[in-house]
Amino acid sequence: MTAVTDPPIRRDGRSQRKCDAFFALTDSLHISTRRVSVRFPKVTTLRSFLQLVFFLLFLFLLLRTEFRGTFAAAAGDLRLRYPVSFFFQLDPLIALSNALATRALYRGLLWTLVILIPTFLLGRFFCGWICPLGSLNHFFGSLNSEEKRGKQLIESNRYKRWQTTKYYLLIIGACAALFGAGIAGWLDPFSLLVRSLSLSILPATSYGLRAFLGVLAHSPFAWLQIAGNLLHYVLGSLFLSLKQPYFREGVWLGLIFIAVLSVNLRITRFWCRALCPLGALLGMASRWSLIGLVRNKEHCNDCNQCLLRCQGGDDPVGGRGWRQPECHLCMNCVDQCPEHALTFKFFPRQPPASANLQRRKVLTAVATGAACIPLFRSTPGFAAERNERLLRPPGALAEDEFLARCIHCGECMKVCPNNALHPSWTEAGLEGLWTPVMVPRIGYCEPSCVLCSQVCPTGAIWEINASQKGWTVDISRSAKPVRLGTAFYDRGRCLPWAMATDCIVCEEWCPTSPKAVFLTPASVLDAAGNVKQVKQPNIDPSRCVGCGACEYACPVQDRPAVYITSVGESRSPTNQILLSRKKA
Amino acid sequence: MTTTGNDSTMTRREALLHLLRVTGASASVAGLGFWLSERSFRPEPALALELKHSHTVAPDPKLPEMAIIQGDDPAQLTRKAVEGLGGIRRFVSRGDIVVIKPNIGWDRTPEQAANTNPQVVVETVRLCLDAGAKRVIVTDVSCNEPRRCFQRSGIADAAQRAGGEVILPDPSRFKEVDLHGDVLHAWPVFDAFLNADKIINIPIAKHHGLTGTTLGMKNWYGILGGQRNQLHQRIHESLVDLADFMRPSLTILDCYRILIRNGPTGGNLEDVLLKKTLVAGTDPVALDAYVAKAYWNLDVSALPYLRLAAKRGLGTYDFEKVRTVTTELS
Repeated sequence: MTAVTDPPIRRDGRSQRKCDAFFALTDSLHISTRRVSVRFPKVTTLRSFLQLVFFLLFLFLLLRTEFRGTFAAAAGDLRLRYPVSFFFQLDPLIALSNALATRALYRGLLWTLVILIPTFLLGRFFCGWICPLGSLNHFFGSLNSEEKRGKQLIESNRYKRWQTTKYYLLIIGACAALFGAGIAGWLDPFSLLVRSLSLSILPATSYGLRAFLGVLAHSPFAWLQIAGNLLHYVLGSLFLSLKQPYFREGVWLGLIFIAVLSVNLRITRFWCRALCPLGALLGMASRWSLIGLVRNKEHCNDCNQCLLRCQGGDDPVGGRGWRQPECHLCMNCVDQCPEHALTFKFFPRQPPASANLQRRKVLTAVATGAACIPLFRSTPGFAAERNERLLRPPGALAEDEFLARCIHCGECMKVCPNNALHPSWTEAGLEGLWTPVMVPRIGYCEPSCVLCSQVCPTGAIWEINASQKGWTVDISRSAKPVRLGTAFYDRGRCLPWAMATDCIVCEEWCPTSPKAVFLTPASVLDAAGNVKQVKQPNIDPSRCVGCGACEYACPVQDRPAVYITSVGESRSPTNQILLSRKKA
Repeated sequence: MTTTGNDSTMTRREALLHLLRVTGASASVAGLGFWLSERSFRPEPALALELKHSHTVAPDPKLPEMAIIQGDDPAQLTRKAVEGLGGIRRFVSRGDIVVIKPNIGWDRTPEQAANTNPQVVVETVRLCLDAGAKRVIVTDVSCNEPRRCFQRSGIADAAQRAGGEVILPDPSRFKEVDLHGDVLHAWPVFDAFLNADKIINIPIAKHHGLTGTTLGMKNWYGILGGQRNQLHQRIHESLVDLADFMRPSLTILDCYRILIRNGPTGGNLEDVLLKKTLVAGTDPVALDAYVAKAYWNLDVSALPYLRLAAKRGLGTYDFEKVRTVTTELS
């Protein structure tokens, strides 16, 4: 027998495979040209390829989470062309959190079965083959670093006790969801990835690219200008938005994300091994998996090479039990083993080791999750004294229902065409950290737009259409408009009130009809004592929908003379001023 | 005294080389420092560009200056209006770059009459292309989110299908221009408006809270970027400064649907009146004066900008003295 069909043996996997997730494909193509008899790509190559495909698909959907306008379509209800939040619908953690919090599943979340059922059968293939954050971690984990060489690398890839942390985090998140706080989203990998990329990394990239294009556009050479225009056109149609987006807290979200990726240089996939609650959930679901790693004890010579590229830290080595709940099924160990002693088999006889949870810690985690809500709500913010700037997007449910569902993912902020939605810092309390709030000074709510309600994966912003919003579409038919708050004037800063100067830009922008801003003619004295006729703006709170256009358009640039507060928001039965409000 | 064999100090050669390196580094740092310190000036904003030029066509005493056309089909009205003024070739020459400025300010549908009627815009695009224009650009600097405005107004789709170039107001394409006005000096202007041979203004007649009505000259707000919400503080002077800066070849004032209440945004179909009229002409002041009188019963005393504009030589508000052709298509 010749060994032509054997995979090439590598004594040192590190040096040959610096970034195996991305280079294995080309590597194997090279092999297949050299050795004719290798017909099928290796399974690790296929995995790397699929990881890349799913990552690009994820990135594509994320970049399309934006109304880019299509001139091909005329007037009408504008919707996004792609199901951009589909990845969230596949995410079992989101479904679990939603189900526990609402005793129901929001539209589309049933898709999660596509991942969950195969996990029961196969284990955590999602982590190793699909998850885009997992793939990023995989990529950064396979970069060379001082801390992970030879023996150190093998040691760092052994199973560690701290890998159980993620299970406790999952239990805390699940318990908190059961009692009405959707905080599992802080650590959900899709949430983390969408939030970090949308609110920080992509805007930063866009800023950098714009600066570069600006340099090209102002260059003294015509050919550079032309190249710049061309690049601008290409980037504009692929990536850049019409306006540079900015987000409050963006820098912190970006730094957290960079930290998550950087830890990989010390410990491969630290996030996935130690913190990811979705990984924990899938690990638990893989308990009855039909597939398992089988080691041929006769062939295994305890060389530990299987640990070189192990992603999960699941001990495929000899002398210890393989830890199924930690394994990402990346197949690197099988690929690496020089003795071909490792195989994945259906219905294996060797029983895998468990998730290694301790009863005491489980109980502590349950108690922690249960204590979350009472602790969060011991501060006055939630009911007793609302933050006046807690302006939620149109369609948002009442605050308790909202916080139970919201997974802090940032989809709504990404999609808002006016950059109006921002991650909260203190407005919604600790419980509501990074939930969406409208900042009208930066962007107002576009009257006929309901995109945030269309992308919300959990129904925290319940899906509505433009005529249900009732601001400028079908207003004669709709019963009651959605209201986000009410506008108020700061007469000490308002030009016609305080400075004997014409203005009324707020009235011009007010989108309702009849307008909520009404003008009263007045004779005022200017500084020289001359009588001047001006029109002074006032608010009719029964008509105001709280869109924030007046605040956005006010020429008093730093602190506007008209501003929105949340009172009158239609989602709250208690946060109201008027005994009754007129229709529209 | 000899240094050979002493390894606690350098050789003379090494020491000299070392000194040379230190001298070189010091000299370059000092040179760079002196050079940089001479370049230090307080930063001044870049000078505004001088790009003011008129797009008006030569007056022709044989041809009317204003055409008032009434009828059912906006496209036909547009053709007839331009025909009445002497035909499109009076305004557009072969090879011209024509910029058409409709009002695409708001995220509203055509029926809500906050933006120019798309059919009027499209027919104008076709006429310009028929006259041999090299490029016909349709653009506006919207108030609401531009992509929504361009799409839901129906203008982008229709204009593009007719062969026009639709350009969104990209924030990176504004240039600081000296408007040479009485109250407006350096302002960021969308550069699509700066390189045109001919400019056609196609505003829509609407109600406005501050001045009573917003007509043709107010449409020039839509060439500006920057903090244009300050313009209302001296609205009449601002209007005239802008109209003086732009000076279009032709104005077609869309009165097919007019917004009589809750302007300039509207939103409610009850605010819209069907007038089925276009008023086109070469004298923007006369057009505004006529429409203000005809539909809002406002005259020059209520609209001081008309008097200011006449004083500036932009036209006459005495529209009855203007050569006018009135047509009713049945």
